[in-house]
Amino acid sequence: MSTPVITVEHGAVGYDGRPVLRDVSLTVTAGEVVAVLGANGSGKSTLIRAILGLVPLSAGSITLFDRPLRQFRQWQRIGYVPQRLGAGGGVPATVREVVASGRLARRGILRPPGAADRAAVDAALRAVGLADRAADPVSTLSGGQQQRTLIARALSGRPELLILDEPTAGVDAASQEAFAGALRDFVADGGTVLLVAHELGPLRPVISRAVVVHQGGVCHDGPVPDPAGHHAEPDHDHVHPHGPDEPAGLWSN
Amino acid sequence: MELFQYPYMQRALIGALVIGLAAPALGIYLVQRRLTLIGDGIGHVALTGVGAGLLLNRSPVLVAVIVATVGAIAIEVVRARGRTSGDLALALLFYGGIAGGVLLVGLSDATSANLNAYLFGSLLSTSMADLITVGVLGAAILITMIVLRPALFAISHDEEYARVSGLPVRTLNLLIAVTTAVTVTIAMRAVGVLLISALMVVPVATAQQVTRGFRSTMTAAMALGFFAAGSGVWVAATADTPPGASVVLLAIASFLVVAVAGAVWRAVRRRTAPAPVPAPEPHEVVLH
Repeated sequence: MSTPVITVEHGAVGYDGRPVLRDVSLTVTAGEVVAVLGANGSGKSTLIRAILGLVPLSAGSITLFDRPLRQFRQWQRIGYVPQRLGAGGGVPATVREVVASGRLARRGILRPPGAADRAAVDAALRAVGLADRAADPVSTLSGGQQQRTLIARALSGRPELLILDEPTAGVDAASQEAFAGALRDFVADGGTVLLVAHELGPLRPVISRAVVVHQGGVCHDGPVPDPAGHHAEPDHDHVHPHGPDEPAGLWSN
Repeated sequence: MELFQYPYMQRALIGALVIGLAAPALGIYLVQRRLTLIGDGIGHVALTGVGAGLLLNRSPVLVAVIVATVGAIAIEVVRARGRTSGDLALALLFYGGIAGGVLLVGLSDATSANLNAYLFGSLLSTSMADLITVGVLGAAILITMIVLRPALFAISHDEEYARVSGLPVRTLNLLIAVTTAVTVTIAMRAVGVLLISALMVVPVATAQQVTRGFRSTMTAAMALGFFAAGSGVWVAATADTPPGASVVLLAIASFLVVAVAGAVWRAVRRRTAPAPVPAPEPHEVVLH
């Protein structure tokens, strides 16, 4: 029942010799919804980028679906949702075109899209509530709707594991609710989720376990901790301009 | 119109039309990746190939294909490694390319009219062998860019996501680099190495002012490129101007027409609809 989907053992990552993650161990098993929490600059985004193979480990090991990351090739099993959509050179793209990119991992680069691909894209657009915007350019969408587009892109590949980088940062309440709903459906169908968040908001009831990263290490692994101090105030806006120097006040009990 | 009864004019026209279709089909990916000037740089490098070909009495186009491909791969390797030193490395490559080309052409027996034909295109220089090369390579570029559109769109739009999707990102990047080099060199006869980059980029810039999606932008840009190439060659033949210049000026003229028409249309629409419906959600996002 509890097959490990992601295993990180003593993982360390450094940028230009500056350590970002020191010694992180983490296991996510099938069906879990794990939130990686921490202040800005704590290394939480680096952790998921390392799991995806986007940043190299300087020490330790990562295993995905029982395969060492280096040998892992079944990328269609993973749906990745980055923090935001890049605009690139400004060539327009419709919501449907962006979401359809999510099918490539499953289809390969040479086969043209078929009926199954179109059906999966339609279903993903419905799941995030953007079916009526499919033909609109993504640049005309609000930030929250763009974020939902990226989630639809990941869902369209029908992954078993969703990895999300700050999916709710700067996203309006309606989009957060739509997103929480899509995530609940995904988990109900047996999906596994690893997400990085600064705050959980409406996602909180969906999370089964929280891992708190502080100064490059894991300082909590267990139930979702309660917000403390000024973070617990309803109007706290979660802006941390001084980033890396932020003390761990929120999570240290 | 009787000018087009001459076989050399027909060859020039067909060659230009093939390039008019193929160049924007590739260029859209370059625009999306903010590499709009890369074609120009590779054109500079290709010029060294032209010079070497003239000096060694080999086909300048063939030598240019080889030199430009090597140059394009070098640029892609520099780009993929990192950006800070890449900028200077590119500058060295570009200026080295054009200086080497001019030097080698100077050492050969070629005249400056010869050099001009490679720089800005010439209606007289497309041989039957050239036309076959342009036709075959042009068709190959078009088919590659259209068949691989979903994958090339994915890596141009979000390279990290493409990598996490398991796409062969490095191979596809190299493919784009090599295709750019081949496009630049086959366009040499008709448009010239210094102006081909415009035909890759300007039709895309024109199209994206009015289109809503990637696919429609690509289709519209190819139509615009085809139109600019055809009418440019006709103007060049009638007015006896270098074809590269007239093709590019016509492409830029279409850009301006569409830009002005778009602005007028938006202004009219604003006036006829005085009470705009507020957008359901604000555009609060900052795109990076």
